[in-house]
Amino acid sequence: MVSTLDQIFVLLKHWIVAHMPAALQSVVGVLLSVVCIIAVFPALFAISVLLERKGLGRMQNRLGPNRVGPFGILQPVADGIKSLTKEDIVPVGADRVVHFLAPVSMVAVVFMGYAVLPMGRNMTLVHMDAALLFYFAMGASTELSVFMAGWSSRNKYSLLGAMRAVAQMISYEVPLLLSSVGVVMATGSLSLDKIVEVQNQYSFGLPHWFIFTPWGLASFVLFAIAATAETNRSPFDLPEGESELVAGYFTEYSGFKFAEFFLAEYVGMLSVSGLGATLFLGGWSAPFSFLQFIPSWIWFFSKVMLSICVLIWLRGTLPRLRQDQLMNFAWKFVIPFTLLNLVDVAVWRFMGEGWARWIVCSAIVVIAYVVMVRAGMRRKNIAPRTYRYAE
Amino acid sequence: MLGEGILKGLAETARNFAGSFVSKERLTTVEYPEERLPLPEASRNFPFLVYDGQDWEKGLRCVACQICEKECPPKCIYIEKSKDKKPDFVGKPQIYPAKFDIDISVCMSCQICVEVCPFEAIKMNTEFELSTDDRFGGLLLDRKELAKSNEYYHQIHPTEATEVDARLAEEKAKAEAKARTDSAAKAKAAADAAAKAAAAPSKSPEGGTGTPTSAATKLPAQAAAKSPEPAAKPAEPPKTSTPKTEGGD
Amino acid sequence: MSPTFWILSALTVFGAVAAVTLKNTVHCALAVTIAFAGLALLYLQLDAQFAGFAQILIYIGAVAILVVFAILLTRGSETPKEGIFSPSWFIGMTIAAGVFAMLGWAVIQSVHVLPHQAASPNPTVNDIGNALMGRYVLPLEIVALLLTAALVGAVIVAMHEKGESK
Repeated sequence: MVSTLDQIFVLLKHWIVAHMPAALQSVVGVLLSVVCIIAVFPALFAISVLLERKGLGRMQNRLGPNRVGPFGILQPVADGIKSLTKEDIVPVGADRVVHFLAPVSMVAVVFMGYAVLPMGRNMTLVHMDAALLFYFAMGASTELSVFMAGWSSRNKYSLLGAMRAVAQMISYEVPLLLSSVGVVMATGSLSLDKIVEVQNQYSFGLPHWFIFTPWGLASFVLFAIAATAETNRSPFDLPEGESELVAGYFTEYSGFKFAEFFLAEYVGMLSVSGLGATLFLGGWSAPFSFLQFIPSWIWFFSKVMLSICVLIWLRGTLPRLRQDQLMNFAWKFVIPFTLLNLVDVAVWRFMGEGWARWIVCSAIVVIAYVVMVRAGMRRKNIAPRTYRYAE
Repeated sequence: MLGEGILKGLAETARNFAGSFVSKERLTTVEYPEERLPLPEASRNFPFLVYDGQDWEKGLRCVACQICEKECPPKCIYIEKSKDKKPDFVGKPQIYPAKFDIDISVCMSCQICVEVCPFEAIKMNTEFELSTDDRFGGLLLDRKELAKSNEYYHQIHPTEATEVDARLAEEKAKAEAKARTDSAAKAKAAADAAAKAAAAPSKSPEGGTGTPTSAATKLPAQAAAKSPEPAAKPAEPPKTSTPKTEGGD
Repeated sequence: MSPTFWILSALTVFGAVAAVTLKNTVHCALAVTIAFAGLALLYLQLDAQFAGFAQILIYIGAVAILVVFAILLTRGSETPKEGIFSPSWFIGMTIAAGVFAMLGWAVIQSVHVLPHQAASPNPTVNDIGNALMGRYVLPLEIVALLLTAALVGAVIVAMHEKGESK
């Protein structure tokens, strides 16, 4: 019974596929999975937009949207209908073809990342040996769509937003990759299925999640910072800073194309949260061994939504960084720290089992952090903000 | 240490998040269409016309002097004078506006019309829910839509309305006293009055022709008293309160 | 020669031809990206996952971005008025033809050298990693050193300019 509930989607898919003619079986199997991904994640997108608007409102002592439906829960439906029925405006000076291709390619590429995410036991669309590499390849491709959107609009705000976005995404892609490499070193595999399996073990009822190791905690924090920047979320939302650039690279988009960018942003957020959960939070494994009876996919999606809530919380808290602060932080703090962290992973890997490695690795992380912060403070790279012209 | 401030900030937002569910006082916004904040007394939006008594058409204070029409910077007021007269609050027969339109899509809420009005007839309204689906007619308010009772004026600007009422009462008392003394004087020196009456008509037509639009009671007399020159500049006489706003109109 | 191969090679060739014939430089850069993507898909079609994904990650994610950045920062995005044909085309054509002939010759030669039923080793990422860290560790380190030197050099060049402007 427990395993039936756990595998319910897999069994359902097999049942449907079995009723198809033999020639179509493989195609139908793939199509079913793709349709599920394309249906589930936009639904989660709607939920997270609502969560964000309500949550941000509460953080600012407002009520948030509460007009459409009970407690405003139908707000995303209203927004969707609105964006579908709005006029699609293309600027006169815009490059029409590129202007059209940008949102399309962005959404397509963002959804590709889900192909390798294990969303539950046996619930990976493509079992790939180089799954992590595939994910990052897809993530890197979104930059080009952002650039296309900004350049084709023939608007200086769009172009500035695109330039900022691309510079930021390139800078933070390095720590994103490097912090994930730690996990790859520890598991010895690029396959996300394997990474989850390694973490799905329990000792004393506690799971072997990588976040519960000294290097894993550091990696996770760095990964979270880089992922936030990679998805252009506040406090790294310079590319679409409303107070400076209207809406950044999608200023000149309206109607459903705008909605597509919005969708791509949130779906990208969900997918990077899924990746973070897979790499550090044990993917679909339960947090305690006695909770394993709850289906694996529930754990995966609750971890993803929890990450989304943390991202919303951060957005409600932190002010936007300045461009030089952003770059200094990436190149002078995050990247050196990820490199030091890699050394830490190597030490962890080769010290073998035992309590000694816990102490040594914790010491390395703490010392690295203290030294980096001290050095940064002295050189004013990460000092508190000084106001030269105000006051 | 780096990161301490972030944690502090996160704690603060979390406190706000939880607090907004617990205490209603934290919420800075109100549920607008259902509940509204009381408007401050000094708030203003677009002008309206004050009337005394019950019948808006009879009680309208406006005497169609057209000062506001001339002073209005964006020229959003349009007035047509009536042919006949009706008694004002003192009892004196006055012209009244046969047509009084304000285009609130043009009005810029400067309150100049209120300041120049010698009859306390035009005041600023606080009504702001004026959206309409008729772009042209819906935003052009006519006499009937503009007319609001003195009680309404008391409701929206109590202090100001009380002052205005006191002033008007004073004026009325003065006018009544003057009427009384006038009648007494009339009775006493009829010959003197006849001489005055002979002098007055010779002057008043001059002022009347020079300023055909200003039908205000005291102004032609003033203008005529100053010098004969204003007769050549028809726009000059009404400028009693704001002397240097515009040249020749 | 499956239909997939033909579609992908058509895509790649289309991208490459568009990259050299389009007028607008940014369009050219985007067309080059199509060619890169086609090439990556060809690698994937040959079961070379690592090479394919590395191609996407590096060429689409970094090189294409670098190219468009360079175009934008040098004001090259303005469409030139005159035609794209110029005398230097003949030199370029000659060099390209030469390179193509040489590569073709090498490929044809290798067919004769190699046995027809080429053993497909189907290398996994794991194998590639082991090979890089075991047998080919010295070349890898030398390449890494070279790249580090280039990186340091680039940083020094940039820093020098900044110092002068101050």
